[in-house]
Amino acid sequence: MQAPSPSLIADNLACRRGERLLFRRLSFRLDGGAACHVTGANGAGKTTLIRALAGLTTPYAGTVRRQGALALLDERTGLDPDLPLARALGFWAGIDRVADRQAIMARLRLAALAEVPVRYLSTGQKKRAALARVLGQAAPVWLLDEPLAGLDTASQALVGELVREHCSGGGIALIASHQPLDVPFMTSFAIEDFAPAPAEEDEA
Amino acid sequence: MIAALLRRDLAQFFPFTGSGAALPVVFFVAVAMLFPFAVGPDANVMAKTGGGVVWIAALLAAILPLEKLVARDIALGFFDQLRLRGITEEAMMAVRLLAHWLSFGPPLLLATFPAAALLKIEGESFSILLLGLLAGTPGLAAIGLMIAALTASLRAGAALSGLLLIPLALPILIFGAGALARQDHISLGFVGAISLGLAALAPFAAGAAIRAARENE
Repeated sequence: MQAPSPSLIADNLACRRGERLLFRRLSFRLDGGAACHVTGANGAGKTTLIRALAGLTTPYAGTVRRQGALALLDERTGLDPDLPLARALGFWAGIDRVADRQAIMARLRLAALAEVPVRYLSTGQKKRAALARVLGQAAPVWLLDEPLAGLDTASQALVGELVREHCSGGGIALIASHQPLDVPFMTSFAIEDFAPAPAEEDEA
Repeated sequence: MIAALLRRDLAQFFPFTGSGAALPVVFFVAVAMLFPFAVGPDANVMAKTGGGVVWIAALLAAILPLEKLVARDIALGFFDQLRLRGITEEAMMAVRLLAHWLSFGPPLLLATFPAAALLKIEGESFSILLLGLLAGTPGLAAIGLMIAALTASLRAGAALSGLLLIPLALPILIFGAGALARQDHISLGFVGAISLGLAALAPFAAGAAIRAARENE
C-alpha cells in the first residue's frame, strides 16, 4: 500500500460545545514526520478538536483536510469489556489485518494480560491496550487524546518512543495532553490561544 | 470486514453465548406459561386468546434487548473506531439489525413450539402464528434498533425505548394477531410488507441517529 505522503490540515477551524465557542481561527498544517502537541486545561476543547479532526463531528466553521488513514486514541477503548484482552484486540486486528499480533502485545507489555477480561484491566492497562489497537492499525495519521493519562513512568516513556518511531517512519502524530512528552522535534500550541475573547464570545 | 463485524455482533447478542443471555426467550415462555394460570385452563378461551398472548409476549420480549443494543457500543467508542476505518453508520446498523434479529427472532420461533403447546394452539392456528411471527419479528427488530439508536444518548433511554416501541409495533400486532382471529393468510402478507419496509428503513434512521448523537455529546 504505497499511499501519497500523509498530511493533516486544519483551516480556520472553530468548534463549539453546546452553545459555547471553544476555539476559533485555528489553522495548522502537519506533513509526514511531524508531531504536534496540543496543550490546554480541562474543558478547553482538546477532545472536541480531536473529534473534529477525526471527522467524527462537524466543526462549527472551517475545514479539515487529511491525506492518509487515521488512528484515534481517546478515553474510549473500543474493546469489548467482557472479552479476554487477546480476543478483544483480535477483533480489531482482524479488521486491520494485523500480521504480528504477538509482537504488538509484547511491545506494550500486554502479553501476560492476554486472558484477562478487558473490564478487569486497570486504567493504565486499558490505555496500553488501546495503544496496541492504534499500533495495529498502521495508519499514517495518529490522533492521541490524553495518551499519558493513567500510565506509569515506564509506559509514558514508551508512548514517547512509539511517537518518535511513528514520525521518523513518515507518520503524523497530533497529541492532546497536558503532560509533557519526550519527543524532541515536536511542535506545540495551546488551544487557549485560540479561545474567543469574552466580548467575541457574546457575539457568537 | 462486514463478516467479522457480524460475528462480533452475534457473539454479543446471541442467547446463551453472548452477554445478552437468554432473557427475552425465557420471558416469552414464562408469559405463555403464566397465562393459563391467570385465566384458567379452559381450552376454548385459550384457543381464542392464546395467539394474541403469544404476540404480546413476543412484542415485550423484543423490548428487553434494546438497552444494550446500541448505547453500550457508543459509550465504548466502537462505532467511532469503525467509522475511522471507513465503515458507514448505515452498514454498521444493517449488520446490527441482522444480528439483533438472528439473536431473538429464531429463538423466539423455536420457543413458540412449547408456548403454543402450553396455550393449546394447534393446527391451522399454529401455522398462522408461526408464519406471522416469522414475518413480524424482523419488523420488531427494525423498530427496536431505530429506537435504541435514537434513545442511546438519553439518560432515561432504556425506559423510554419500551414506551416508544409499543405504539410503533401496533400495525404488526394488529395484522399479525388479526390473522389468527380471521384464520387468513392475507394479513400475514401485510405483516411481511410492514416488516420489510421497516427493515429497509432502519439502518438509515439508526445510522443518522448515531451521527446525531456524536454531534450532541
